[in-house]
Amino acid sequence: MTQQFYVSPEQLMKDRADFARKGISRGRSVVVVSCRDGIALVAENPSPSLHKIGEIYDKIAFAAVGKYNEFESLRQAGVRYADVRGYSYDREDVTARGLASVYAQSLGAVFTAEQKPFEVELAVAEVGPAPEADHLYRLTFDGSIADEQGFIVMGGQADKVSEAVADGWRGDLDFGGAIRLALAGLVADRDAAALPVSAVEVAVLDRGSETARGTRRAFRRLDDAELAALLAEGN
Amino acid sequence: MLDNSADQVMAGASSSFAEHLQRSRPELLPYNALSAGSGAPAGLTAGHLPGNGSALAGVPHATTIVALTYAGGVLMAGDRRATMGNMIASRHIEKVFPADHYSVLGIAGTAGIAIDITRLFQVELEHYEKIEGTQLSLDGKANRLGAMVRGNLPMAMQGLAVVPLFAGFDRTAGIGRLFSYDVTGGRYEEQEHHAVGSGSVFARGALKKLWRPGLSGADAVQVAVEALYDAADDDSATGGPDPVRQLWPVVYTVDRAGAVRVPEAQLAAVAGGIIDARTAAQREA
Repeated sequence: MTQQFYVSPEQLMKDRADFARKGISRGRSVVVVSCRDGIALVAENPSPSLHKIGEIYDKIAFAAVGKYNEFESLRQAGVRYADVRGYSYDREDVTARGLASVYAQSLGAVFTAEQKPFEVELAVAEVGPAPEADHLYRLTFDGSIADEQGFIVMGGQADKVSEAVADGWRGDLDFGGAIRLALAGLVADRDAAALPVSAVEVAVLDRGSETARGTRRAFRRLDDAELAALLAEGN
Repeated sequence: MLDNSADQVMAGASSSFAEHLQRSRPELLPYNALSAGSGAPAGLTAGHLPGNGSALAGVPHATTIVALTYAGGVLMAGDRRATMGNMIASRHIEKVFPADHYSVLGIAGTAGIAIDITRLFQVELEHYEKIEGTQLSLDGKANRLGAMVRGNLPMAMQGLAVVPLFAGFDRTAGIGRLFSYDVTGGRYEEQEHHAVGSGSVFARGALKKLWRPGLSGADAVQVAVEALYDAADDDSATGGPDPVRQLWPVVYTVDRAGAVRVPEAQLAAVAGGIIDARTAAQREA
């Protein structure tokens, strides 16, 4: 008969956290930057169809690093949560704070109760009418939630990338400037000069989508040509 | 065991918002409101409503919608009246809505249910787009709307029918297309033009004379407003242009660039032109 060894709760949690951290740091980073024009979400991702960034609701976007199947199911659950909420109450009653707290609860439940924690880290971003009204939430594998100011860097060598982004971040950047800053941050941990536009996935939450595009859906994915044009201009 | 859980994942992975609601929150579906749960107002059946044993008199009804194709797109217009028996329930109601970027729908029938089905349909299309990362085909959208109208069949049998008209731009074929429905959810593709609602008989008569192939966008707006004018002339449940309150029909055009609402100023000019022309003609009938 096999003997069940005693493992202290501290050790158990530490092992789980180490396991999740290892999985998350294997991938490449994702950068979310709040700026004058709105919020830019930039991920290093060579696939044009398997997205790390997604639309959740009118003003809310989602970005993730880690295992694709795990964050994809979280993204879909988030879309369902937001759509049900917006349908049963009103569209303006769907907030990033509500969504982030539901994510935090499910990540926390999986971390303690399931066989293996989710190897993911999420960002939930909500664009407001002014930069001060933007919300950026970071959610980690254990269900911790943090309200961040200005920008979020997750995954890969996050500390190095984060340092590079923090150096260049200003509140009055436009989309071109914010995306250039994020792209410069993404290559901060290696020698490469710059990433080609085909190797990155970029989406934005437009602050003025109602006036500029006549839609309340602020989320817009930039294709390679739009991205190249945007990078060529701006401050 | 593994097979079972894989099956469960596949079964749970639905891109349809309506299916999700049916599974998790059935009481939120507009056509389940009366049947789901014991707290539903069981008394709200045709027999219990005022007005000659028919539900028609008790709740607001939306009336005439016209739609027509033109060169490079499709247009839909609706009058602004809702009626409750022989009363005007609303002069301001809007009955044509954008469904998503490339399609619009108009509703005739029980206004309350129709507006909720419209809302559900809008969320359905947006939900699919967000989950799948791509838009439904125009035929796919038309079929989903048919399924929702079908879901309302029990209510329709009690007199609370909803009959939509759906129009969109087919980006693969590069043309505007029109779909009409019956209360059982039957979907019929219409050619050239169509109308639904109480004034539709008169509107279709007008459309037959006014519509011609290759209409320009501006001419199409003129034709649609004039068809609604003729419907309002003979059907008391359809509202004509109202220069006193400055109320004009709601008109949407859909072309390759997407769905756009025709501005009030343009509609005021078109409606004013029609009223002037008819006044000048001095015809009685």
